[in-house]
Amino acid sequence: MTSIWEYANPKKFMQTSGRFLPWIAGLAALCMVGGLIWGFFFTPNDYKQGSTVKILFIHVPSAMIAINGWGMMLVASLIWVVRRHHVSALAAKAAAPVGMVMTLVALITGAIWGEPMWGTWWAWDPRLTSFLILFLFYLGYIALWQAIDNPDTAADLTSVLCMVGSVFAFLSRFAVDFWNQGLHQGASISLDGRDDMANVFLFPLLTCMLGWVLFFLTLVLLRTRTEIRARRLKALIARERMG
Amino acid sequence: MIGLLLRDLRLAVRAGGGFGLGLAFFLIVVVLVPLGVGPKADLLALIAPGILWVAALLACLLSLDRIFALDHEDGSLDLLATAPIPLEGVVTIKALAHWLTTGLPLTLASPLFGLLLHLPGPAYPWLMVSLGLGTPALSVIGTFGAALTVGLKRGGLLLSLLVLPLYVPTLIFGAEAVRRGAEGLSATTPLVLLAAITLGSIAALPFGSAAALRINLR
Repeated sequence: MTSIWEYANPKKFMQTSGRFLPWIAGLAALCMVGGLIWGFFFTPNDYKQGSTVKILFIHVPSAMIAINGWGMMLVASLIWVVRRHHVSALAAKAAAPVGMVMTLVALITGAIWGEPMWGTWWAWDPRLTSFLILFLFYLGYIALWQAIDNPDTAADLTSVLCMVGSVFAFLSRFAVDFWNQGLHQGASISLDGRDDMANVFLFPLLTCMLGWVLFFLTLVLLRTRTEIRARRLKALIARERMG
Repeated sequence: MIGLLLRDLRLAVRAGGGFGLGLAFFLIVVVLVPLGVGPKADLLALIAPGILWVAALLACLLSLDRIFALDHEDGSLDLLATAPIPLEGVVTIKALAHWLTTGLPLTLASPLFGLLLHLPGPAYPWLMVSLGLGTPALSVIGTFGAALTVGLKRGGLLLSLLVLPLYVPTLIFGAEAVRRGAEGLSATTPLVLLAAITLGSIAALPFGSAAALRINLR
C-alpha cells in the first residue's frame, strides 16, 4: 500500500499528475458542458423567476468552489507547516487565484441575477458581504505571495496568514450575520433532503458541481505543475551560473 | 519587559510622528466627513458611530508599520529576538505600547470628536467603552500584520490590504455597539462579542506574530 505522502515527492507528483491530468480535464469538460446544457435547455422555467433561475447552474458551483478553495489552501498550508512538503505549499499558491476568480464569478453572476429579481445589483446582505470579504482575503493572500522574493519565506508567511485569516474569515461570517438581515435565500440542498429543490433542477446542478470540482482540480494541478517546473528552471539557471 | 515597554513609549513620544499623529489623523478624517457629506446634523448623527469607528481604525492602521520597521532597520529587532525573554512577550509588549500610544488617546479623545459629528447624547459612554474594548484588538491584529510584512521594502500598502479584512469583525461589533447606544437600545451583546474578539486576539495572536517574526528574521 502506498502512502499519500509519496506524492510529496515532486518527481512522483509530476509523473502521477501528468498521467491523470488529461482524464480529469476531459471529465471536467464533459461534466461542465453536459451539466450546463442539461441545466440551460432541458429544465423548465421557474414559474416566478422565469429563465433567470438558470444562472444558478454557474452561481452555486462557483460559490462552493470559492469557499472550499480557501479550505483546500488551509489544509495545504497546514501540511506545509507540519511536514514541509514543497508541493503542498505550491498547491496552496496555485489554488489562490482560482479561488479568487471563482469568488468573483459568484459575485458577478449573483449581481446579474439580482438585478431583475431583487431590483438591485448589490445589497449589503450577509452572504454577499461575506463573499466580498472572502475576496479581500484572497487578494491579500496573493499579494503577500507576490511581495516576498524568497520562496520558502513566502510559503511560511502565507501559511501563517492563511491560518489566521481562516479564523477571522469565519468570525466575519458570523459578525456579518449579526450586522444585517439577509436577502439571500438559505441553502436548498441538504443531506437529509427535506427542503431540497425539485429533482429536475437538482440533478443537472449536481452534475455542474461535480464538473466545477474537477475543473478546480484540473487548474490547481496544472498550476502546481507549472510552479514546480518554474522552480526547477530557476534551480537549473542558478546551477548554470555557478558552473 | 517593562523596560522594553518604557523604551517603546519613550521612543514614540520623543521621536515624534508616532504619538499624536494618530490623533491628528483621526481629527482630519472627522473634519473631512462633514465637508464631504454636508453639514446636516441629523444625517451626521446617523452616520457618526460608523465614521468614528472607521476613523479610529484608519488612525490605528497609520502607525502600524512603525511597530517593527524602525527596530528592524537598526538591528535591535534581531537583538530582541535573541534576548532571553520569549518573542511572544516582545510582540505583546509592542502591541501594548502601540495601544497606549494610539488606542488609548483615541478612546479618551473620542467624545470630543463625537461632539463634532453630533453624536446623540446616550451614545457617548458606549462610544468610549466600545473603543476601549475594541482598540486593543486593533493593535494586536495590526502587530500581526506588521510582523508579516516587516522585511518588505514597500510593506505599507500591503500591510493595509492584509490587516483591513482582519479588522472586519471588530469594526462590526464596535460600531454596532455605538449605534445601539445612540438609539437607546441595549448594547450588551455587541460589547460582549467585541470583548471576546479582543481577549481571543490577545491570547492567541502573539503566537502567530512571533512565528511570522521568526520566519522573517531567519
